Amino acid sequence: MVEKSQFVFTGSGGQGVITAAIILAEAAVLLENLNAVQTQIYGAAARGGATRTDVVISDTEIFYPKVDQANVLVCLTQEAYMKFSPIIRPGGLLITDTRYVRIERTVDAIHKELPMYQTVMDKIGKPIVFNICMLGALTALTRIVRQESVMKMLEDRIPPAFLDMNRQALELGFELGTAAAA
Amino acid sequence: MSNNIRFVQGNEACVEGALYAGLEFFAGYPITPSTEIAEQLSSRLPKIGGKFIQMEDEIASMCAIIGASLTGRKVMTATSGPGFSLKQEALGYAIMAEIPCVIVNVQRGGPSTGIPTHVHQGDVNQARWGTHGDHAIVALTASNHQDVFAMTVEAFNIAETYRTPVVLLFDEVVGHMRERLVLPEPGEIPIVERLRTSVKPGVNYHPYLPREDGRLPMSDFGGVHRYNVTGLYHDMWGFPSDEPKIINELLHHLMDKIEHRTNQLARFKEFYTEDAECLLISYGSSARSAREVVEKHRQRGERFGLLELLTLWPFPSDLIRQKAAGARLVVVVEMNMGQMCQSVRLAVDRPERVFLSNRVDGVFISPSDIEKTLHLIQGKGV
Repeated sequence: MVEKSQFVFTGSGGQGVITAAIILAEAAVLLENLNAVQTQIYGAAARGGATRTDVVISDTEIFYPKVDQANVLVCLTQEAYMKFSPIIRPGGLLITDTRYVRIERTVDAIHKELPMYQTVMDKIGKPIVFNICMLGALTALTRIVRQESVMKMLEDRIPPAFLDMNRQALELGFELGTAAAA
Repeated sequence: MSNNIRFVQGNEACVEGALYAGLEFFAGYPITPSTEIAEQLSSRLPKIGGKFIQMEDEIASMCAIIGASLTGRKVMTATSGPGFSLKQEALGYAIMAEIPCVIVNVQRGGPSTGIPTHVHQGDVNQARWGTHGDHAIVALTASNHQDVFAMTVEAFNIAETYRTPVVLLFDEVVGHMRERLVLPEPGEIPIVERLRTSVKPGVNYHPYLPREDGRLPMSDFGGVHRYNVTGLYHDMWGFPSDEPKIINELLHHLMDKIEHRTNQLARFKEFYTEDAECLLISYGSSARSAREVVEKHRQRGERFGLLELLTLWPFPSDLIRQKAAGARLVVVVEMNMGQMCQSVRLAVDRPERVFLSNRVDGVFISPSDIEKTLHLIQGKGV
């Protein structure tokens, strides 16, 4: 699905959606020889405020760097879901977390509700890797980049002491995504 | 993975370009959306024997780089609108005293503190006329990271060649956006080094006595020559003068060394301009949306073209007149109230065919915003 894929990750400041977006785009550029552009809405608010980050991945040159209609929309909070669900492209993919998002409207998209937060808390017990679990699920569902590429980027940017936890979260997410794709 | 490929913010691409060009001294005061430039240089410069100083404010930062440049160093400061306002007085001093330096302004919304975290391109005319008195200035910009890198190197080269401040006018979208940057190998882009005087120690050195080719060799201040530097009109020794002939000649020299080289300094990119009936003119991040529009219309077989300006000042009037000559419609795409559009109207024949497509609410102008303007111009409604 490469040609031109447009991702929007939304959630709450501190959940790591921007970090996840950077890792995805970086993996695409450095390890998959694709073009990628990542932008984010900058606000004075940080932790706790609504955040949004856009990633465009393409095998051709990318001009307009933002996303008007998302092929893939990830919503990790109710507020983000209410605000951003209209931007999904008809037939696109919507990924939400069962713990944080209650579905209130139907969107013309394939909707995957995944227990990402719950799985991370049950198996790892640290909410800090929630975003990496999401990235694993997204990778399994879209196959936009290889799971190894994401893992390689994590190895480059995460201190060794935290690497195992992130690897585990990525794998848990990948399993959730693979199961949901079937 | 190639070691030369990076996935970085535009601000980091600027840092890489500056270091490639030989930056040795940075003084600044962090301000959104330029902060990453200071942040990165605070760790990078000391590692290569350079100096990073966080000054008490933007005025002091500008003065510090002027002083450091005089001692023979390649220098830069970085800021955004409010800080750029504060730097204007010292910027004028650098113009008058002919001191090479690079000033980065990653634009946000103004006037005043405006909208710190959102994009605008409202400092285009400030870059030209922010400091008082007749003067000339060089201002460069870019829409992608490879060009941010290249224009940053270019800024240092122009500053050294013509002994002038050069403004790098980026914007929030380019500054914060992340994309691919391929670092050129050393030597791949030519670097201009400081032209130093051949006058021997102990022999009188005239800091403002041009060589035959018009260039002014410098002597590292505090080194082997004693000389004066001032913001006043000055003679070839650098001492103040109120001689009408000296005033007249110096002002003409300051203007002419830049303005007479307008065509030579004009950096630009063009896409499908040869036969364009509708010519878009844009720069900085806006040019990315303009390019998207042009590519879409070309795919439909419509004659759209884009002229992307990398040099904003001195304004490339000849270039614009030429490229727009055959166009039925000229649309300037920018995120301000028409600052560049005004200059384009002055440059072209039949200015009534020049229109502005803009956005000034802090939201990045999109291809569909430009399409709406095109519909309006063509009388199709929105």
